[in-house]
Amino acid sequence: MTNYLEVRDLSKRFGDFTALGNVSLDVTEGEFVCFLGPSGCGKTTLLRAIAGLDPQTSGTIRQKGRDVSALPPAQRDFGIVFQSYALFPNLTVADNVGYGLVSRRQARGAIAKRVEELLAMVGLPDSGPKYPAQLSGGQQQRVALARALATSPGLLLLDEPLSALDARVRLRLRHEIKALQRRLGVTTIMVTHDQEEALTMADRIVVMNHGAIEQVGSPQEIYRRPATAFVADFVGSMNFLAGTLETSERVKIGGLVFACPMQDGLVVGTKVRLSIRPEDVRVRDLPADVANRVPVEVAELDFVGAFCRASLKVRTDGDVALVADFSSNLIRDLGVDIGSRLDVALPPDRVRVYAA
Amino acid sequence: MSLAAPTPKTVLRISLSRDDLLMRVGLVALVGVLLLIVALPLWALLAKGFEDRDGRYVGLANYISYFSTPALFNSALNSFHVAAVCTVIVVPMSFLYAYALTRTVLPGKWLFQGISLIPIFAPSLLPGLALVYLFGNQGFFKGLIGGSIYGFDGIVIAQVFYCFPHATMIMVTALATADARLYEAADALGASKIRVFFTVTLPGAKYGLISAALVVFTLVITDFGIAKVIGGNFNVLATDVYKQVIGQQNFSMGAVVGMVLLAPAALAFLVDRLVQRKQVALLTARAVPLIPKPKFGRDLFFTAFCTLVSAGILAILGMAAWGSLIKYWPYNLSLTLANYEFANFDANGWESYFNSLRMAAGTAIIGTALMFVGAWLNEKTRGFGVIRGIVQLLAFLPMAVPGIVLGLGYIFFFNAPNNPLNFLYATIGILVINTVAHFYTVGHLTATTALKQIHPEFESVSASLKVPIWKTFGRVTAPICLPAILDIAIYLFVNAMTTVSSVIFLYAPDTKLASVAAVNIEEAGTTAAAAALCLVIVITSAAVKALHLLADRFLLGRLQAWRRR
Repeated sequence: MTNYLEVRDLSKRFGDFTALGNVSLDVTEGEFVCFLGPSGCGKTTLLRAIAGLDPQTSGTIRQKGRDVSALPPAQRDFGIVFQSYALFPNLTVADNVGYGLVSRRQARGAIAKRVEELLAMVGLPDSGPKYPAQLSGGQQQRVALARALATSPGLLLLDEPLSALDARVRLRLRHEIKALQRRLGVTTIMVTHDQEEALTMADRIVVMNHGAIEQVGSPQEIYRRPATAFVADFVGSMNFLAGTLETSERVKIGGLVFACPMQDGLVVGTKVRLSIRPEDVRVRDLPADVANRVPVEVAELDFVGAFCRASLKVRTDGDVALVADFSSNLIRDLGVDIGSRLDVALPPDRVRVYAA
Repeated sequence: MSLAAPTPKTVLRISLSRDDLLMRVGLVALVGVLLLIVALPLWALLAKGFEDRDGRYVGLANYISYFSTPALFNSALNSFHVAAVCTVIVVPMSFLYAYALTRTVLPGKWLFQGISLIPIFAPSLLPGLALVYLFGNQGFFKGLIGGSIYGFDGIVIAQVFYCFPHATMIMVTALATADARLYEAADALGASKIRVFFTVTLPGAKYGLISAALVVFTLVITDFGIAKVIGGNFNVLATDVYKQVIGQQNFSMGAVVGMVLLAPAALAFLVDRLVQRKQVALLTARAVPLIPKPKFGRDLFFTAFCTLVSAGILAILGMAAWGSLIKYWPYNLSLTLANYEFANFDANGWESYFNSLRMAAGTAIIGTALMFVGAWLNEKTRGFGVIRGIVQLLAFLPMAVPGIVLGLGYIFFFNAPNNPLNFLYATIGILVINTVAHFYTVGHLTATTALKQIHPEFESVSASLKVPIWKTFGRVTAPICLPAILDIAIYLFVNAMTTVSSVIFLYAPDTKLASVAAVNIEEAGTTAAAAALCLVIVITSAAVKALHLLADRFLLGRLQAWRRR
């Protein structure tokens, strides 16, 4: 597959502040990419630079082989949807959707037909004559999506499109947008600060922080193998245990020593952080010779619904604590309660080590 | 990818789209227009102050002679004195009136609100004329006052009438944005009513009070009509400019007095801008609106107060109306319409009224288009920061310039024989241009505020859809801003009907305006006909405003169905 979009060494500075620092990125044709990161990380700045709305300070952007770096938005090929819909309030839904078609001098009948098609596509077949104010937030965002797709752009840009909506509507629209994107095969970039949204919708996630890309990868890669402590912490929950790298495969934490995957990137003897996800902490059926066995006591048990989040204190070293997710079954079967003493294991293949 | 400062590369220059180019050309044209109608006339005025009667450069000689001529310098002191006294009277009065309108249960609130606005529709000389009838040398109540109404006292009373609505509108806005939660908290904490007033109410209205004080001060110090009619021998800056220019044909000294008049007005304007900048933060808080509950004693007091003030306003308007209908004051009080046959008092007759209508309509149409399109260009042009800053500055400048000063600048600039635009001199065109320039700031601000309230990404969306920006202006931006556009048009129309100060130097015999004709008629000693002409102006501007309110209610409701949910 060819690169549809190539971003090279893109920087954006506001005086002394660097909003984007030398960012490079490739997007494949037909791909759904999410820019994920906390507010102020530069994800929206990158999206707006790609659209040409707030041009970069330096760096190049090529779209479908064409250098668009210096082109104004009107000469680029994209459709855009904003968090706050940006529908024209004085035009009907049909006129909003047809807004970009009218200026292309198409026959009125053809435009009406296309608008109808688009409205059906986003699930609002009868809303054409209504005004935006008469629609719910979710419906308005569908109209905005139809309007952005009306001119069949090669690139669809979504700037936090679901953030202003209720939780339920957001979930449904997530699936609909993803399905629509797959059906149309339009290359899509979505900006979001919601990791769940990124994990469920994206083909690839670009995690950003402080104006730089921390990691690019599939949702599974991002979740399973976070490249940096920031990614590990930002996506999902994570235990971090401070210690020292004893050998390239062992980390010493307090009085305990943990086996970990081979670390070539880190210098032996330096301070490190060992991480494991709460759901990867093993409790049941531990073999006698299981690696990284830790005797713990349950200090707190928070009921979260489908499972309980347990705060565990290591019995041999009271300073070390970790969090584990226990299923309801497990709690019932093993009779776990506050004060229970049990052994858990941190499977070495689920453990990751980062420089402190 | 690191955050280390990247090696400096050639900074990207984005190429301009057709929209960008078009908008930039438009902005440059706007700067040109504003330079012509605002900045250059003021520059001409400034330069004139350094010339002698024959146009030779004399340095500060005019200024030195101004400040060493007690008769001239005294008027500056008089102006400050009158302005200060009026401010001290009007601000508390308008505060109480606005407090009654916003914080008490007042019967017939809309009526009281409407009456408080009446003076806006009148030329400033109207209260002066009414006072002449009431307390003048042959006045009804002349015996009630010790001395003569002509002079300080007359000016103050008339100015209070004239400034009252402006101050009240500001105070109503300031008091209407109260946060009920603050009062509930103060109540819960057991604060006394007096303490709540001084710790919650007054601080909340602080910026409004400062703003109102500055507006009243500026209005009084720059107004010409009242001092002209009822000032007698009490000279103020605005009348001095007129006397120097019209009476003595001493243009250089007129320019100097104009500059002296410009200073306090500009200063007050600057202070007001600084204060208002602070106020923004106060208003953004999410407040729960305060809905006043009935309270007998308080409501009775404020009803009585508002009735008294309204009676005063109606008395002055009514006196002018009655006076205009009387045959020969005070000897023959039978009613007549003879005073409305203006041809008997002024060569132009009713023609000056039609000139006013033409001028006001032209100002409203041309001014609204220029102000709205200008504000739009300034808000929506990408980049071009320096030029946009210049536009902003030029758009704010007129607010700081007294009308009589701007009018004088127009003489010097447009009447200069080497100015290719001097064909405009003595046409109705120059009156329109001058009035547009004089009232530019408020229109520009209204348009800018309206534009800031609509979604900032409409232009991004239309760019992505390849729709030219001017098409979005026509199909979306302008229709959404229609109420604001109408507001600007009405504001310009009413002000064009009533203004005296800026156009008094600029009319030709066949382009004389009604407000100017009223000044001339009064000068000739026919108070009744002057009052009649003022009344015609009041009725016209009030009627246009009423039409506006009706249109807002019914026509816009139909045109703007999309606003309903």
